Amino acid sequence: MNTSSRIPDQPEPDKNGVIPEMERRQFLKLGLAITGIFAGGTLLSAASVVDKVFASRQEFADQYPYKPHYSMVIRQDNCIDCERCIEACRATNHVPEYGYRTRILEQVHPESAGRRIEFIPVLCNQCNNPACVRACPTKATYKNQQNGIVMVDKEKCIGCKTCMSACPNNGRYYNEETKSVDKCNFCFDTRLSKGETLTACAEACPAKVRIFGDLSDPQSEVYQRVHNIEKAVWVQRPETGVKPNIFYTKG
Amino acid sequence: MAESVSTETAEAPFITTRWTGAVEAIRSRAYWLTIFFLSLLVVAGTAAGVHAKLIGSLEAYGATREIPWGILISTYVFFVVTSTGLCLVSSIGHVFGVKDFMPIAKRSVFLAVATIVAGFYVIFFEIENPFRMAIYNVISPNLTSNIWWMGTLYGAYMVFMAVEFFLLVKGNYRLATIIGFIGVVSGVAAHSNLGAVFGMLDGREFWYGPFMPIYFITSAMMSGAGAIMLFTWLAYKINGEQMEPETKRALEVTTKVGILLISVILFFTAWKFIIGFAGGEAKIMALEALLTGPYAFNFWVLEIGVGMVIPLVLYIQSKGKNLSLMALASAMMIFGIFFMRYDLVIVGQVVPLQYELDVNEYQGLLSYTPSWHEIAVVLGGIALVGLVFMLGEKAFGGHRHEAHEGGEH
Ligand code: SF4
Ligand code: SF4
Repeated sequence: MNTSSRIPDQPEPDKNGVIPEMERRQFLKLGLAITGIFAGGTLLSAASVVDKVFASRQEFADQYPYKPHYSMVIRQDNCIDCERCIEACRATNHVPEYGYRTRILEQVHPESAGRRIEFIPVLCNQCNNPACVRACPTKATYKNQQNGIVMVDKEKCIGCKTCMSACPNNGRYYNEETKSVDKCNFCFDTRLSKGETLTACAEACPAKVRIFGDLSDPQSEVYQRVHNIEKAVWVQRPETGVKPNIFYTKG
Repeated sequence: MAESVSTETAEAPFITTRWTGAVEAIRSRAYWLTIFFLSLLVVAGTAAGVHAKLIGSLEAYGATREIPWGILISTYVFFVVTSTGLCLVSSIGHVFGVKDFMPIAKRSVFLAVATIVAGFYVIFFEIENPFRMAIYNVISPNLTSNIWWMGTLYGAYMVFMAVEFFLLVKGNYRLATIIGFIGVVSGVAAHSNLGAVFGMLDGREFWYGPFMPIYFITSAMMSGAGAIMLFTWLAYKINGEQMEPETKRALEVTTKVGILLISVILFFTAWKFIIGFAGGEAKIMALEALLTGPYAFNFWVLEIGVGMVIPLVLYIQSKGKNLSLMALASAMMIFGIFFMRYDLVIVGQVVPLQYELDVNEYQGLLSYTPSWHEIAVVLGGIALVGLVFMLGEKAFGGHRHEAHEGGEH
């Protein structure tokens, strides 16, 4: 849904991405919390997203028992397109120049009174219901049962590219060097498994756009932000039912 | 290609023996020339495919990150759909015992094997690591993957069809019927999974929906009817023989099947658009790409015109009796169907996934142009079918139908 097709009665957030209380209440009353169209992604809720996306907290834990449950919150309006994340990703994960695991997209708002351009970092959403995993014939693409990261076993990849067709978020590319499809794995092999706590991109970002952490831990910043009732939080293409673990917010 | 063979016919009754001998010589020359030409194409296609493997698909093929499936996938679809169709048409006679279809059944089975082999030939060059496929499809199967089921069932199907053909040649009709039935079942199962490969990708609105598997089966029958008519006609030209009345009768019935199926697919197509326009923005964009956009020529002229409407009219005009007209209609239909598959695969990917994000990077439609490597492999696959067909006609003596075949049931 593009920004030009906003629902007229929908509240606009202020510059911090906060929806004024009155309007927010009215908005929720309209029952548009799930269907609302908002700021380039689809607004899930102006209140707690996890409850909306993943039902209640307990159900969520039962259904997705990952520990840690890696996730990322992207503070979209803070991105300045310096692309240090992309460079860090390339260097860390040996991403060739013809491919990318993460990218910054540009969204222009000609009608905006303030900043006219917004940068949207995108990457594999490490979905809870990943279309790529279902489609892969050889289980080369699989969801790690401990931490929920969607990974590729290079040895098993036959290069049929079904996963690339299946992914609704353009998260994958074929890597000629490794002879396998490649995608973001939250730097699991290159950093997390070696004791680092952040992904290369999150660490490299000077504007703290990419908040990385454990969604199963109520103390973590990702948890706090995803459950922040003051801020709008949304995900990419929720209509496809893949249930992303990359959340977007402002402020 | 094989047209050159048919320039001379031995039908005129006044031709003397001497003339017949000369005509035979020309026919034989044309036959071997065609074989030579087709072999060259197969060699060229194989060389291109191997070269592509060596330099990598990134450089050799036109497919991209955004459009990962190109003409090799659509050609694969084209072949396996045709094969399934041939299998279904042949099964009407052999497996289900409808007498009218008997005379064309053997050839249909043979062609079903030839086209599925061509499908595997093309997909071998599309899959990046076909040797890994042979291993991990077996030891690490993903039972939720439609493409796994499709590949596995088509593998089984190919074996069953080959065995069925072998049994038919050996004259073991009872067993052939049983194997043929298993072949039909695996073919249809494989085929509906092929439909589901596309239909279950909810991220791609153009393909998404329960409609796909049914559409695929119906259009398979349509392709099969066209293929059997064209190849039967060609076969009699190659062998320089008069068509027996039973074979003529079989083609007449097949024409009726063709007319019915083209009409059904025309309706399917119309409904696809009507329903599609009630869908989301991305779907409408894809439909418009076909109706008025960069794929309009493919759609209106090749798919609808050459592939369906003209063959429909010609089939009706032929009354199932004018063989040349039926062959022409079938050739046009098969040509059109090739583009039907191409459009299905490509147009399903031209709307950027992130289009609705309204970002600068993904404003309009994406584009895909097949590379020379890809085109060479496609031509190699087509030539392979021609080659196997022509050799088969000689090797199996025109796939003659024997009168006692029907009695075995
Ligand atoms: S974003 Fe795409 S590649 Fe990543 S898990 Fe989801 S479906 Fe798979
Ligand atoms: S390209 Fe590789 S990872 Fe992707 S579906 Fe095929 S085998 Fe699986």
